Amino acid sequence: MKPRIGVYICHCGANIADTVDVEAVTEFAQGLDSVVVARNYRFMCSEPGQNVIKEDIENLQLDRVVVAACSPQMHESTFRRVCEEAGVNRYLFQMANIREQCSWVTHDKEQATKKAKALVAAAVRRVALQEPLEVRKAPVTPCALVVGGGIAGIQAALDIAEAGHKVYLVEREPSIGGHMMQLDKTFPTLDCSACILTPRMAQVRSHPSIELMTYSEVVGVSGYVGNFKAKIRRKPRYVDESKCTGCGVCSEKCPWTADSEFDMGLGKRKAIYTPFPQAVPNVPVIDTERCVYFRKGTCRACEKFCEAKAIDFEQTEKVVEVEVGAIIVATGYDSFDPTPIYQYGYKRLDNVITGLEFERLCNASGPTGGRIILSSGREPESVAIIHCVGSRDRNYHEYCSKVCCMYSMKFAHLIRESTAAKVYEFYIDLRSAGKGYEEFYNRVLDEGVIFVRSHPPEVVSEDGKLIIECEDTLAGCQSRIAVDMVILSTALEPRADAGEVARLFSLSRSADGFFLEKHPKLAPVATMTDGIFVVGCAQGPKDIPETVAQASAAAAAVLAMFARGTIEIEAATAVVDQELCSGCGICVALCPYNAITFLEDRKVAEINDILCKGCGVCVAACPAGAITGRHFTDKQILAEIEGLLADVKPPLVAI
Amino acid sequence: MKQYSYFPGCSLKASAVAYDLSVRAVSAALGIELIELEDWNCCGTTVYSAIDRLEAICVPCRNLALAEKKGLDLVTPCSACFRTFERVNSYLRLYPLLKTKVDKVLAAAGLEYHGKVRVRHLVDVLLNDVGVEAIASKVVNPLHGLKVAPYYGCLLVRPEVAFDDPENPQSLDRLVESLGAEVVPFPAKNRCCGASLVISNPDLALGLILRILESAHSNGAECIVTACPLCQLSLDAYQGMVNRKFGTRYELPVVFLSQLMGTALGLEPKALGFDRGVVSPEKVLARHL
Repeated sequence: MKPRIGVYICHCGANIADTVDVEAVTEFAQGLDSVVVARNYRFMCSEPGQNVIKEDIENLQLDRVVVAACSPQMHESTFRRVCEEAGVNRYLFQMANIREQCSWVTHDKEQATKKAKALVAAAVRRVALQEPLEVRKAPVTPCALVVGGGIAGIQAALDIAEAGHKVYLVEREPSIGGHMMQLDKTFPTLDCSACILTPRMAQVRSHPSIELMTYSEVVGVSGYVGNFKAKIRRKPRYVDESKCTGCGVCSEKCPWTADSEFDMGLGKRKAIYTPFPQAVPNVPVIDTERCVYFRKGTCRACEKFCEAKAIDFEQTEKVVEVEVGAIIVATGYDSFDPTPIYQYGYKRLDNVITGLEFERLCNASGPTGGRIILSSGREPESVAIIHCVGSRDRNYHEYCSKVCCMYSMKFAHLIRESTAAKVYEFYIDLRSAGKGYEEFYNRVLDEGVIFVRSHPPEVVSEDGKLIIECEDTLAGCQSRIAVDMVILSTALEPRADAGEVARLFSLSRSADGFFLEKHPKLAPVATMTDGIFVVGCAQGPKDIPETVAQASAAAAAVLAMFARGTIEIEAATAVVDQELCSGCGICVALCPYNAITFLEDRKVAEINDILCKGCGVCVAACPAGAITGRHFTDKQILAEIEGLLADVKPPLVAI
Repeated sequence: MKQYSYFPGCSLKASAVAYDLSVRAVSAALGIELIELEDWNCCGTTVYSAIDRLEAICVPCRNLALAEKKGLDLVTPCSACFRTFERVNSYLRLYPLLKTKVDKVLAAAGLEYHGKVRVRHLVDVLLNDVGVEAIASKVVNPLHGLKVAPYYGCLLVRPEVAFDDPENPQSLDRLVESLGAEVVPFPAKNRCCGASLVISNPDLALGLILRILESAHSNGAECIVTACPLCQLSLDAYQGMVNRKFGTRYELPVVFLSQLMGTALGLEPKALGFDRGVVSPEKVLARHL
C-alpha cells in the first residue's frame, strides 16, 4: 500500500517566509510522490497550526507527516505529540529544518527556496520508508546522589529529602559547608554567613532521608537516567563516626600542628582536627601527612585521651556502591591563585592578600578573632582593594567572575566598620546587578569609600608602604597611592580537577572550563546526559542566591522524574540480525554504553534496548552489516540523500 | 654557524657604537654570524610616523625588501628599529590597501616585499636560538654577586612579542642570570625612559629617567643592563642632569646586555667599547672580575 503523506510548511512569521517562497515550496511538495496534501501556515507550532495537521490526518487518512519548519531541537517533540494524538505513530513523522539550516543562513531568496525544496524532498522520501516503533518505559530508582556539600549541594539534598526521597550527599572534605562557610558576611544584607548556613548543615546531619558521606569521593558512574550506579570511595578518617562524641579532646591534646586549609593558611590546626568548630559531622579526621604516629609510629596521644575509644588507626579505605535515579553535580569552584601575576606581589610582598584570606581575617572565629590587622599586628591605616584579579583578563580568565564587585564592596564596608582605615576600590567597571546590590553600592559610597576607576598595573613596596601605581581613567591622570594592605579580589575558576569530574559524569565543559548546561536559558541546570544535573559555581561564577535557586531548580527536576516513576526509553536503538551476525565481537568492544553482550551459547551479539542510546557506532562498525539502527536504516538515509540531490545534475567532465 | 642578516640601525653607528662593537664581538664568541645588510637605511623610527604614515612604512620597508632577498632572519639590537619593522609587517598584513601603495613606492626603487622577513630582536635570538645553557657554558668570568637591574624599556616587549610577557618581562632577567649575575627586583623595568623627549621636553623626560634610576637604586642594583641604544643614552648621558635637577647623587653605570655578556665571556674591555660610556662601569665590574 502506498503511504499517504501530508507536508506542512511553516512561515515562522517572517523568519522563513521572508527568505523562502513558501507558496512555491508548497506547490513543489504537492507534486512529490505519495504526497496527498501540502499546505503552508504562519505558525505551524501554534494551536490552529497543530489542528490543521490533526484534521488532515483524520479527513485524508494520512499515515505519515512532514513538517518543514525550525530545528527538530525546537519542535520535533511538539509535532510528534500532534501525530500521536491523531493516531499516527511518532516515528512516522519527519521534520525538515528550513529555518536554521536554510532561511537564516541563506540571503538569496531563489537559492533559499531551492534549498528548502531539496530539504522537503529529502524528508518526504525518508518518511515514506520510516517504520512505527514502540516507545518503552523503564522504572526510576527514586534516590538521588548529590556530589559536593557546599550550599548548592546542601540545598539540593534538603529539597529532595524533604519530599521523602533518599539522598546520598557526598563531600570530599571532612565537613560539609564549602566556600560559603569560609565567608564572614554575605552581601548585600550582611547576614553572617555561618549563621545562615549552619542550621542547614545541622538539618542535613539529622535528616532521616539523607545519608551523608563526608571525606568521600565518587570514583565511578555507570548506568543511565533513572538507573545509575555510583561507586563512592570513603577515605579513612581513623576516627569511628559511630563512637565519636565530638568532644574535641583529641585535637586539644594532639601536639602536632599544620596550616589550616579552612583558614587559608593564616591559622593553625592540629594533625587530628575538624576544619572548623561547627563542622558537620563533628567528627575529626587524622591528617596522616602530619600525624607522627603515621610517620614514625609513636605518640598516640589522641587514642590515650579519647574516652569514647573512637580512634581507630586500623581503618581502611572503603568503596561503596549506591543505586540512584538522578545525580546532581555541585562541585563548586576554586579561588584563582594570583601568584603568577608577579606585578601584584602576592606571596612576595607582605600584606598583599586574597579575598578569601580577608574573609578569614575578618571572621570572629578566624585566626585573628576578627581583628583586621597587618602582619605586624598593627591595624591598617589604609587598604586598597583591587578588582578583577584573574577575571576579565585575557592572560587568565576572559569572563567576569560576577561576585567580586559585590564582595569587594562588602570588604570595604567591613573595614570601615571596624577600623579607621581609608579604603580605595580599584575597579574597571562596577557591576552591581541584583536585588539590593546597587543600593549597597550607594551605601558604601556614603560611608566614604574611595572608588578609583583603574586596573592598577603594579603594586610596589616602598619604605614599609605598599604603593599602588595606577592610571585614574576618570581623573585622567597617573597616581601613586600608598596603602598598608592590598586585597586582591580574585576570580572564581573551575576546580583544578574539573576535567576528571567531567569525564566521570559524562559532562561537557564550556570554553571557560566550567561544566556546560544543556541550554543556557531554557535548561540551565540540565546537562547533555539525561538524569545528571549541574548547579552552583561548578556551572559558572554566581552568588549565593543564584546558587540556591539553581539547586532548588535541579531538585524540582529530579522530583518530577521521581513522581512520574518511569522514564521513556528512546526507541531508535540498534538491533542485531542474529542470522547475519558472525560473532566477531567487534561491536561489543566498541559500544560506549556497554549495551552489547556476547551470547556465548549461540555465538552472536545481542543489544540491550534499555542501555542502547542509538549512537550508531556498532551499526557502522559491523563487518557483516548485521546491525541496523532503528529509525536510521541504510534505506532511510539513502532515500534522504536521493531526495536532497534529486535535481542536482551530475558534474560535467571537462574536456 | 647560524647566519642572520644584521641591521645595526643609526644609533649603533653614532651614540651607541659600543653596542655595535660588543654585539659583533659577543656574537662571534657565541658562534652566530651577523651579516650586515648591504646599503641599509634609517628605519625612520617614531619621527616619520608623526608626519606621514605611508613614508613611515615605506622607509623601513626598503630594508625589509633588501633582507627578503637574502632569505635570512633580520636581527636588530635596537628596540626602536625592531618595533618599527614589526609595525611594518603587521600593517602590511592587516591593511591590503596600504600594501598596494607601498608596493608602488618600492617598485620605483626596483624592489618588492612579500612580508616574508622574520624580524628578530637580539634578545630573542640570544634567548631562543643560542639559549641560556649554551651561554652559561661559555662563561669564563661568572659575574657572581653583581646586582643587576635588567631594563627593558617600552619598545622591546610592548605591545606584544612572542618571546616574552609584555606586563612582566623575563627574557633579559634569564640572560643576565646565565652570566652568573644576580637580578634585583625592578618595578620600573619596562617604564618609558622618554627617549628623544629629552630634547623637546626635558622637564618631563628627566622625571621619567629619575623614576627608573630611583627604582633600580632603591632595590640595590649596582648597574642597569639594557638592550636598547635609546634607553642606554637616556639613562647614562642624562644621569648628571637628573642629579643636578633633583639633587640626587646617582652613579649607576648603564651597560648594554652585550657588554655585560662579553665581560662574562672573557672578551677584552676595549673590544666591548667600555671606554665610550659616561658613567664608568669600571669600578662596579672590577669588583666581580
